[in-house]
Amino acid sequence: MASTARRDAPEPPDFGILKRLARDQLIYLLEQLPGRKDLFIEPDLMSPLDRIANVSVLKQHEVDKLYRVENRPAPSTSDQLCFLVRPRVRTMRYIADIVNADKMSGRSRKYKIIFSPQKFYACEMVLEEEGVFGDVTCDEWSFYLLPLDEDIISMELPEFFRDYFLEGDHRWINSVARALQLLNSLYGPFSRVYGIGRCAKMSYELWRDLEEESENDGQGRKPEIGNIFLMDRDMDYVTALCSQVVYEGLVDDTFRIKCGSVDFGPEVTSSDKSIKVLLNAQDKIFSQIRNEHFSSVFGFLSQKSRNLQAQYDRRQGMDIKQMKNFVSQELKGLKQEHRLLSLHIGACESIMKKKTKQDFQEMIKVEHALLEGFDIRESTSFIEEHIDRQVSPIESLRLMCLLSITENGLIPKDYRSLKTQYLQSYGPEHLLTFHNLKRIGLLTEQAAGETLTAVESRVSKLVTDRAAGKITDAFNSLAKKSNFRAISKKLSLIPRVDGEYNLKMPPDMAYVFSGAYTPLSCKIVEQVLERRGWQGLEEVVRLLNGNEFAMADGAPEDGAGGDAQRVVVAVFLGGCTFSEIAALRFLGKERGCRFIFLTTAITSSARMMEAMAEAKA
Amino acid sequence: MSRARADEEEYWHSSKFRAFTFDDEDDELSQLKESKRAVNSLRDIVDDDDDDLEKVSWSGEPVGSISWSIKETASSSSSSLEGRDTSLQKGSSSYAALPKQVSSYSLSSLFKGRNRLPSLPSLSDAFSDTGVKNYAPELRRPRAEYKDYSNDWSPRDTVRRMQRGKVCSLERFRSLQDKMVLLDEAVAGHDGNVITAVLIFLKRTLRREVLFRELEVRQVALCHLIHFLKETGEQKLLLDLLRFLDRTEEVALSQYREHLNIQDVEKKREFLKGCIGLPFSAEDISHIQDHYTLLERQIIIETNDRHLAMAGQSEIFRKYPRKASILNMPLVTTLFYSCFYHYTEAEGTFSSPTNLKKTFKIPDKQYVLTALAARAKLRAWEDVDALLTTKNWLGYTKKKAPIGFHRVVEILQRNNAPVQVLQEYVRLVEDVETRLNLATKYKCHDVVIDTYRDLKDRIQLMAYKCKVERGSAEEEKINSLLSNMQIRWKN
Repeated sequence: MASTARRDAPEPPDFGILKRLARDQLIYLLEQLPGRKDLFIEPDLMSPLDRIANVSVLKQHEVDKLYRVENRPAPSTSDQLCFLVRPRVRTMRYIADIVNADKMSGRSRKYKIIFSPQKFYACEMVLEEEGVFGDVTCDEWSFYLLPLDEDIISMELPEFFRDYFLEGDHRWINSVARALQLLNSLYGPFSRVYGIGRCAKMSYELWRDLEEESENDGQGRKPEIGNIFLMDRDMDYVTALCSQVVYEGLVDDTFRIKCGSVDFGPEVTSSDKSIKVLLNAQDKIFSQIRNEHFSSVFGFLSQKSRNLQAQYDRRQGMDIKQMKNFVSQELKGLKQEHRLLSLHIGACESIMKKKTKQDFQEMIKVEHALLEGFDIRESTSFIEEHIDRQVSPIESLRLMCLLSITENGLIPKDYRSLKTQYLQSYGPEHLLTFHNLKRIGLLTEQAAGETLTAVESRVSKLVTDRAAGKITDAFNSLAKKSNFRAISKKLSLIPRVDGEYNLKMPPDMAYVFSGAYTPLSCKIVEQVLERRGWQGLEEVVRLLNGNEFAMADGAPEDGAGGDAQRVVVAVFLGGCTFSEIAALRFLGKERGCRFIFLTTAITSSARMMEAMAEAKA
Repeated sequence: MSRARADEEEYWHSSKFRAFTFDDEDDELSQLKESKRAVNSLRDIVDDDDDDLEKVSWSGEPVGSISWSIKETASSSSSSLEGRDTSLQKGSSSYAALPKQVSSYSLSSLFKGRNRLPSLPSLSDAFSDTGVKNYAPELRRPRAEYKDYSNDWSPRDTVRRMQRGKVCSLERFRSLQDKMVLLDEAVAGHDGNVITAVLIFLKRTLRREVLFRELEVRQVALCHLIHFLKETGEQKLLLDLLRFLDRTEEVALSQYREHLNIQDVEKKREFLKGCIGLPFSAEDISHIQDHYTLLERQIIIETNDRHLAMAGQSEIFRKYPRKASILNMPLVTTLFYSCFYHYTEAEGTFSSPTNLKKTFKIPDKQYVLTALAARAKLRAWEDVDALLTTKNWLGYTKKKAPIGFHRVVEILQRNNAPVQVLQEYVRLVEDVETRLNLATKYKCHDVVIDTYRDLKDRIQLMAYKCKVERGSAEEEKINSLLSNMQIRWKN
């Protein structure tokens, strides 16, 4: 690792082809319904669609008007209706209602449903039940992969998290397998495959199945990606629950990045309008600060604005010719930079204001205490007070989950009291949220008696009754050692640093959490890549509940295989956070390899918590 | 301008990296403000022609916004209802005027201003790009939906074919054993879509008790059926299944969940009343009971207060008109409301804070916090005082706050309490450092001075002198302290 000469990480492959494929297939599908038609689009699909096609492409293929699929009758007057939807029962009923209403009024039209990324049998069943099967034609738009950036590919399936981890539904595994197949056929063959988690294993097996069946014509092609690592989100909830402090993570937590772009409101733009901004490697300012700890961002922005000023200042003392040159060649770039700079400064300012208001400093302190496992009582009362003050319900829930996971469940007394207060502060219907959190394992109660091991209870019997109470308490706290603690110790997730942690020149991935904690998910990736497998990690694997695998299909030995062997696709099943992305980008730079992120969706603590709430039908 | 620049130069050169905290609002924000000022000062040079600025496409790629266009349809659809003809015409003319349309629909139109025509790869371009085609030829061909009623497929092959999206008849799986082999194959194939498809078939062809019994030992399939029933809204069957499995708590929760869909409060109240008898866990029963009681109370309070507000007799409702109804709000919000509008009411009335506190066993801490916020909002400082004052058995009064005085200060400060009021509570903050911070932040000079005196910190006290007004009582106080020979300063 560090001893070998540091190599530059290879450039990421060009993922633009994925967009072209998706666009071409959509066009093909639209042409299957010749003539003018109105297009109904599922709200969840609008942003992804925006990233690969635009309205004029749709217009060119005879799309007349665009509507949003929603719970209202559609005013469309076209004779052909096309629906671009996710495969959901609710949406099928909406479409069936339209078709049935037409039938009642004796109107005949053509209907086409395009499912993305695939069709479900349950949807067809609903169409059949509603009596419209046969009246509509169905197609699949295999839009599995949306490149959000040069190194991030998203499946844009936020519901994956709830469907799989809460409901135990395997419906998206086929989609994941197909996505892997597509990626493998375009940029592979991948020679090494690693993974951990039940879903990772199933996805891998189904993908293998698909590969065996298809004629593998990829032989002899030079791969661009050599390694792939699949991981289930439930291997590491802790990282996803921590407050993010790298710039991109903070922007996401504060403004919500949606499909790679963000809406900066008036408080950021210092004008009366909002601006939609694409955040990616093309943004010259953003690309330099996105992975930085927030504290380093100010300095950078100051430096930048100083430089910018200097460049403008050069105008003074220019003669006409130089001036002409300046205007025609540099001014444009400077203006663009100026604009970006003022936006990001505005964003920083807005983040600072919000964070100071919500006691961010204190909250981070509590999080760090939870991660390290001290001052549990103080942290619990901090959370309690947070709930009592009716500050953000999502934040309160997040902190409770973090407490639960790091402590292997709350002690029953705390669980009851926090739950009661939560319901009082934010509404009794959250009873359902608590039930969901318990089922998924994010917020649990230690079963009575579970805390005492056999030996400990035997010991406590030996002491007199009077002292017994005290001793038992002491043992209680001992027995609470959770898997997270054990894993954290085994992998040294809490860095030991003498003196101050250098956030500007960070020594390791822990910088993404101010040097207090190395993200578990990323640490696992690092360890497995370093060892080329799971050897030596048996104890960690056991604590994580197993389901690990590693395959090397004719992988070239060290040195051979070229750049592809230094490109790794990190697949996050159930979502990945910007902090994890930043940490692995850092690791990649250190090790001279390139990480490509493939995630079912970008996630954050807030999105995870929101996915646990019960909504109206 | 040049002077301003010189100032800035000086700032940039003098600023150096310091330890970062989010608390350190002044410093970090001012650093940001400086950057902002620097950038803004350039605006005069930059913003000479706005249009030109917009031309710079910084999105990186020309994308057209579909979401934007849908908003357009939504707003124009009302007009198209009146005049169907016009909208049709509009549609047909849009082809002739395509280029114009393009620019107005592009993403950069969201960013306002002009945009160069996005270079759209036409369909023919895309098709001539054979390289793409070869890599993934399957994508261009939608999977043929050919039907195959052949009876020869083994359960395994059937599952495989279904995984590939092919239609397969399941009718030939008639014996229970065949059905279960099929189900187990589907589960082993890891594709939830196929598992559900098989379950739909089994649900149709098996008596429910038989199906339930078989699923009891097949957890993965069971999860799929439960999720399917939730999604399709087959509540009755779902409850039967859960009952069969003896998952009584889930039966209760699943029924309770239905209240979310009831709009009418009276109906909701009735429904919740019915929920009380459901087999919840011992702990949850009290929550359900509370939910019912709370809504019942809210309905009474709401009816009364709406009446009061309409009659215009009550001063408090006239002065602070209600912004929203209290129905379906959390308990703490209801308590806040009651502390705001009904603070002085006797315990006997349903809307009085003390009644709420008793009925719902609201902890002291929560009560004080909420009452404090409500009374501070009304700037009723005597109430705040009374709330935090306790009497011991000798009749001495003492200030006590179950939530910590720094929180009290924070709440008061947020409601713009005058310095005299604030000062009293800042003084009571136990931690010296926090007290000094708060006192300095909110300009409670007396507290700062007294604290430094108690700390015998002469240097800090002297330094503080420049923070108070010249010739003020505070300055005098500092001076007299500094010249007091009896204090043994530590520095």
